[in-house]
Amino acid sequence: MYSEKVMDHFNNPRNVGEIDDASGVGTVGNAKCGDIMRMYLDIDDNGVIQDAKFKTFGCGAAVATSSMATELVKGKTIEEALKVTNKAVMEALDGLPPVKVHCSLLAEEAIHAALWDYAEKNNIKIEGLEKPVNDIGEKEDAAEEA
Amino acid sequence: MEKLIYLDNAATTRVHPEVLDAMLPYFTEYYGNPSAIYTFAGTAGKAVDEARRTLAECLGAQPEEIYFTGGGSESDNWALKAAAEAYSGKGKHIITTKIEHHAVLHTAEYLEKNGCEVTYLDVDERGLIDLDELKAAIRPDTILISVMFANNEIGTIEPIKEIGEIARANGILFHTDAVQAFGHIPINVNDMNIDMLSASGHKLGGPKGIGLMYIRKGVKIRSFIHGGAQERQRRAGTHNVPGIVGFGAAAKIAYDNMAENSAYEEKLRDYLITRVIEEVPYSRVNGDRVKRLPNNAHFCFRFIEGESLLILLDQNGICASSGSACTSGSLDPSHVLLAIGLPHEIAHGSLRLTLSEKTTKEDIDYTVDKIKEIVERLRNMSPLYEDFIKSEKGK
Repeated sequence: MYSEKVMDHFNNPRNVGEIDDASGVGTVGNAKCGDIMRMYLDIDDNGVIQDAKFKTFGCGAAVATSSMATELVKGKTIEEALKVTNKAVMEALDGLPPVKVHCSLLAEEAIHAALWDYAEKNNIKIEGLEKPVNDIGEKEDAAEEA
Repeated sequence: MEKLIYLDNAATTRVHPEVLDAMLPYFTEYYGNPSAIYTFAGTAGKAVDEARRTLAECLGAQPEEIYFTGGGSESDNWALKAAAEAYSGKGKHIITTKIEHHAVLHTAEYLEKNGCEVTYLDVDERGLIDLDELKAAIRPDTILISVMFANNEIGTIEPIKEIGEIARANGILFHTDAVQAFGHIPINVNDMNIDMLSASGHKLGGPKGIGLMYIRKGVKIRSFIHGGAQERQRRAGTHNVPGIVGFGAAAKIAYDNMAENSAYEEKLRDYLITRVIEEVPYSRVNGDRVKRLPNNAHFCFRFIEGESLLILLDQNGICASSGSACTSGSLDPSHVLLAIGLPHEIAHGSLRLTLSEKTTKEDIDYTVDKIKEIVERLRNMSPLYEDFIKSEKGK
């Protein structure tokens, strides 16, 4: 059901892990739906993404889209990273089955959430970036209580 | 793929070679239509009769109470829809459970849209219904109780005899979906007061596309598939002779070997369950430890998602299944796991392993070793696990 590229990124996910003192961290999705992505970005003084890492709870497509999203934003400026849409992630993976398209939306949202966190930490406004809607917050707590 | 460890016998089973041998002549040699008058078709007709007798014996029923269908789903649809229609004069209330197979559940929902009222009984954390709750749900207009014999996901065996007694005492029809149970554990329709029962051929070493419905003599329900006069005018359509022969042959093998096979599978199943819960941290077994199908093991692993686990098991040659959302194409995890009270995030990390009499201890050891590796690998990339570890450290 998955393309070879999706399987490759699922089997050998790039950039799994955490970044200590990351410039921005964003967590999107919720355990209820079975997908949570957390993206860490290391952004230098020139606004270039030096490193990106992720952790994901989810299906094969969720892992693969997270992996691809980190690959696509690495080395890019914030403005360029904002152009990494869910469509771009999907295309880079040679497509996703229709029921898995939401995973690519989540990947796009994870980038935005990490950038939003970066902007808030640095008290700046990033043109064209809206507050991510998909924060897990309370559901994370519920998951821990369970 | 070199290695293949098949642990999805609740999904379907391998056709026994003897069953296939029994079926083959009915494709090319005795291909006559059993409804025809000439002698040539008589061989096929006799084979159908013989399979019917065998299947009736397995259930403690009379041959004329066995109706062949296209499978378990058809039988479930037939039981519910036709009973609702036939007994509409008496009432429109049906009692079933929250953990039924979708063949029952979606049929019940369909009937609700068409004027029936349905009570979906809760189950406890092991998946068992509460008999007092069942009694309390009965109304003067209740026409049917449908409770599955054993659950297809978590393997829990319901108190069928007790449910049968309650139904009988209240003059209500009792249907059971026995697709997972038939051929695996003893069933007697008279001892258990079962009025209708669904079963399927391919869950016990028989072919796909053949099922049966047991309908107790005197139960009024009529045809669901209209057409010819087959099956005492209750189920039209040319007999699937090879399928029927295979179903009968498979049931005979299953019943002849039931005690031996289930003892073997139970032992292996308990070994599997013990190894997993002892060796994989933050894992749990779902369902009842005793009232459980002999071949069913069902787990949840916290902080990981089922589909990822299945793909990685597959890459190691292990066929398994999950009640995970992603495998079903919906975002909700299994209705059965939610009904036993598991929170969504835990229900998402489920794994069902269903053994057969051919499964070996080596298969189980290899599988458990792989599960350990894979669960650890997936946890290392799980943000839920990261948060959990951090919160544990903070304590």
